[in-house]
Amino acid sequence: MFDILSFLPRAVMQGIPLLLGSTGETLTEKSGNLNLGIPGVMYVGAICGVIGSFLYEQKVPADQMNAVLAVGIPMVCCLVGSLLMGLLYCFLTVTLRANQNVTGLALTTFGVGFGNFFGGSIIKLVDSEVPSIVLSATNRYFSASLPFASKLGVVGKVLFSYGFLAYIAVIIAIIASYVLNRTRTGLHLRAVGENPQTADAAGINVVKYKYMATCLGSMIAGLGGLYYVMDYAAGIWSNNAFGDRGWLAIALVIFTVWKPSWGILSSFLFGGLYILHQYIPSGMNLAVKELYKMIPYVVTIIVLIITSMRNKRESQPPASLGLPYFREER
Amino acid sequence: MHEPLFHISKRGALPWYRAWLIRGLALLAALVLCAVVTTLLTGINPLQVYVTIFKGSFASSRRFWDMLQRLSILLCVSLAVTPAFRMRFWNIGGEGQVLVGGLASAACMILLGGKVPDAGLIALMTVSAMVAGAIWGGIPAVFKARWGTNETLFTLMMNYVAIQLVRYFSVVWESPKGSGSIGVINPSTHWGWLPEIGNAYFLKVLVVALLTIGVYIYLNYSKHGYEIAVVGESERTARYVGIKVEKVIIRTMLLSGALCGIAGLLLVGGTDHTITDTTAGGRGFTAVMVSWLAKFNPVWMILTSFLLVFLGKGAEQISSQFQLNQSFSDILTGIILFFIIGSEFFINYQINFRKSGDKEGK
Amino acid sequence: MEKKTAAVKMRNITKRFGSIVANDKCWLDIYRGEILALLGENGSGKTTLMNMLSGIYFPDEGQITIDGKDVVIRSPKDAFDLGIGMIHQHFKLVDVLTAAENIVLGLEGKLDLKAASARIREICDTYGFEVDPDQKIYDMSVSQKQTVEIVKVLYRGADILILDEPTAVLTPQETDKLFTVLRNMRDDNKAVVIITHKMHEVEALSDRVAVLRHGQFIGDMLTKDTNAQEMTNMMVGRPVTLNIDRPEPKDPKPRILVEGLTVRSMDGIVKLDDVSFTANAGEILGIAGISGCGQKELLEAIAGLQPTEAGSIRYVEDDGTEEELLGKDPLSIAEMGVTLSFVPEDRLGMGLVGNMDLADNMMLRSFRRGKSLFTDRRTPKKLAETVVQELEVNTPGVSTPVRRLSGGNVQKVLVGREIAAAPTVLLTAYAVRGLDINSSYMIYDLINRQKAAGVAVIYVGEDLDVLLELADRILVLCGGKVSGIVPGRGATKRKVGLMMTKLGGDTQDA
Repeated sequence: MFDILSFLPRAVMQGIPLLLGSTGETLTEKSGNLNLGIPGVMYVGAICGVIGSFLYEQKVPADQMNAVLAVGIPMVCCLVGSLLMGLLYCFLTVTLRANQNVTGLALTTFGVGFGNFFGGSIIKLVDSEVPSIVLSATNRYFSASLPFASKLGVVGKVLFSYGFLAYIAVIIAIIASYVLNRTRTGLHLRAVGENPQTADAAGINVVKYKYMATCLGSMIAGLGGLYYVMDYAAGIWSNNAFGDRGWLAIALVIFTVWKPSWGILSSFLFGGLYILHQYIPSGMNLAVKELYKMIPYVVTIIVLIITSMRNKRESQPPASLGLPYFREER
Repeated sequence: MHEPLFHISKRGALPWYRAWLIRGLALLAALVLCAVVTTLLTGINPLQVYVTIFKGSFASSRRFWDMLQRLSILLCVSLAVTPAFRMRFWNIGGEGQVLVGGLASAACMILLGGKVPDAGLIALMTVSAMVAGAIWGGIPAVFKARWGTNETLFTLMMNYVAIQLVRYFSVVWESPKGSGSIGVINPSTHWGWLPEIGNAYFLKVLVVALLTIGVYIYLNYSKHGYEIAVVGESERTARYVGIKVEKVIIRTMLLSGALCGIAGLLLVGGTDHTITDTTAGGRGFTAVMVSWLAKFNPVWMILTSFLLVFLGKGAEQISSQFQLNQSFSDILTGIILFFIIGSEFFINYQINFRKSGDKEGK
Repeated sequence: MEKKTAAVKMRNITKRFGSIVANDKCWLDIYRGEILALLGENGSGKTTLMNMLSGIYFPDEGQITIDGKDVVIRSPKDAFDLGIGMIHQHFKLVDVLTAAENIVLGLEGKLDLKAASARIREICDTYGFEVDPDQKIYDMSVSQKQTVEIVKVLYRGADILILDEPTAVLTPQETDKLFTVLRNMRDDNKAVVIITHKMHEVEALSDRVAVLRHGQFIGDMLTKDTNAQEMTNMMVGRPVTLNIDRPEPKDPKPRILVEGLTVRSMDGIVKLDDVSFTANAGEILGIAGISGCGQKELLEAIAGLQPTEAGSIRYVEDDGTEEELLGKDPLSIAEMGVTLSFVPEDRLGMGLVGNMDLADNMMLRSFRRGKSLFTDRRTPKKLAETVVQELEVNTPGVSTPVRRLSGGNVQKVLVGREIAAAPTVLLTAYAVRGLDINSSYMIYDLINRQKAAGVAVIYVGEDLDVLLELADRILVLCGGKVSGIVPGRGATKRKVGLMMTKLGGDTQDA
């Protein structure tokens, strides 16, 4: 039997890192920057959070921990780490006008290496039997759900059983959507991504917008990494466990045709597709499960093809995506 | 109001030696930073760092050959993606194309090993690896050519489809039962293992050396190569002179994919004698950087892939000698890449400082 | 009248792009309550100079003074703050945004599109513009886009307005309307600068004229104190007589028969509507029309680059047999044995590859020759050397990327290559755009020689004076329709000008 009741919340939880990653990447891409370094950024966001809370947990026994610090330290570490990654990307692609694809891939190489290196080093420090870091005390704070959730039965489980970062993710997506579509900042940002020459001639500081959007985007994406390890993975870091979620987040941007508000449901859908293989009865045939795991990628490819075929103005990527901007280009 | 401190303008052509001097300086700066980072993390003195890195590739003839083999395979993938890049087709699906090539080779080894003569088997492996790679590269190309579907993201997704395909077959062909992985194929009979020439490494080095020459000639002297260059520079110009852009895109990606397939063949038939979802080991992505750093020139690519492999092995050496973990090499690679990527700016642009108070108007 | 002080003073402005000097110690004064025409040949640095005033470029040297105060304009925003607004030749609009969104782009404060729309309507009413604030730019015609640009500048309250060749895309009626608006602005004590190389616009509109040549300031004077001949001489640098050779066609016979040709753009707009004509061998057929009236589509359809909806294009061999060209791409046309040469409008985007050197660009037409898998590099190199020598191309060598050459030299390389193929049909689009007088005359001469050799030449031009002197027959396009074909000898500018606009009113309002 398909257990929809346990499927839905898990799909949502699976979807939250993707939602944060894709919201961040959407903001970034709206400024004309195709940041293929997002997987690396999310990795760095996660490991910085891990480092922060690891140090805090080492210092303070679990029963004396302060909720604000337990949540705040990893959050700040995560945000700073991913901000630095975003800054690095911007410095190379915006200030130094380097090729965005190459820079992004280098950033991912670096970020994943960074995460695994420090992850591995901490694992060695704690000298545990399994190759992972367990931050169960911190996890308690991150995955604490609203007290009344368990009393509301089905509704509570589907709607209110998540840690606070999940709700923050949804709120960020809504705010991002509002800012993009309804405010002057959003209008300017869209103009920068569509046609930087025009934006520049209109007096918009193209460089500033690119930096702001990309750095903010990186920080949001970094939170996705933090959510993954602190809440979804129950505070357990193991190297490479984050997997390909960063790339999926980039795929999700296309899937949602650059609309953060669509990202909310789409990410849950993607999350669902991602774990579908665990819910489809396949008997003892483990091989078929592997084929089911292919679904999110195949779906993304199909969406990519359909949007390119429909060729609708509004569902195209920002026109200057991937191109460096130099005012005095001739 | 005050004048801006400096402003940036595009340079005219820079002589090649100055361009390489700038890149060299960037590399030097990167190496210094790498040493500083390593010293901070390990406490060994910077000089020791360089010695250790050097030892990673040159301390013994086994290490040297291993370095050459790794260089060959990375170079092979880089050669494969380069024709597409010259066409401005951002194929970051080398990973998947290598994997399906390897998968096809493995399939031949498993299903046909012992049923056909070994020479025939290897020929079959080669053909099927190339065909599989070509199909994997060809699918995004068809959609790009017909509808302009974004190839960067398409090829990226194809990587994961390939990974899942490999995982699927890992279960189907698992050995021993229940392990969920294929294990060494034909361990005793060596069916389908590529023959050794001289030592276990030389064959791969030879194959890739020949490929390098081939790709260089193809890109620079053949009519196809010329068409690729024109399409890459301007599709409208290509159409204007009657080049069938769609055909060139698809043909080039079939070639790219087929060459990736060869890399898969070398890995499965010549090195690993098995296949896992990590057989390609990120080379598809590293190849993008190797190719780009070398300005898409196959000969310079020997240098850039050497640089990355050399550093990778060096960092491994550091990690094992000082009990750091393997990912350390990714950090060093990242640092070096950032510097070289950034140095391109100083080749293409110049910074003009303005003297303040320099007002001439009367 | 009191002596006016200059609103803008530019002194010793120098700007270089790589090795090209766009402006060389340039001077310019702009006054309020005056329309200044900035006159100069293409490539004389007019646009670059104004781009430095509007903050797009930053000068390498020199000083700008606004209302007596030294200023530094680092960005377009600085320019706005100083009341400077520029309407660029290539519109600075974001396609996927609406008119209102484009107009308020770059301003500060809370985004209130409703209030903005109201103010836009108010401005439109004042000057008699028509703009729908909610219309997306990609749905607009060229003149609508220009209107949005002008409203954008007015919306910001600019009092120093710069317009870069604003009439190039307008019908005469629209031009008149624009001029009325500009005069109103002048009477409003705004400073107006109009960049142009059209003498009659200078005379009709401006109060003062400043002339640039080769990036240098040549001089300025009151328009009423000068005349067209003097201004032309200043522009070109020496007395000019504009006489173009026009030999009688020898034995003209039909070469290209176009019948009922209809072309629709990707967006479904009719670009060519039932176009029929004959191009004769040994004759120059001039195509006249306001830009964007289907000239590009017509040439590209003949060259096999433009999908068509209806009609036929037939090629007539010397022996009278006819072959259909429609539905064939350039390769199959060439394989038929038809040598069709095409000098497209977009030289570096279509005719040549900017990043390749001269020799490799010569190869574009010939690289397929022979059965070998490899390219023959010697023949194109020789051809490149010949072209460089015969057409006096100014280049360091044949292995210089074409991108590094100046506009005139680029054009010589392109025309040289196309003519070297010994074509039977030669299509040219704006062959002398951006060229100085000398280079232009060399191109006319080359085209005339092709005509004498029995080539059917189709010449799309924007300068009516040249068309009237060069072409044997002139086909006038208007809104994608043929409004008439007249003999070049004896045709007057007035007559052709009227034909260019005959259908203009009907199509623009649709």
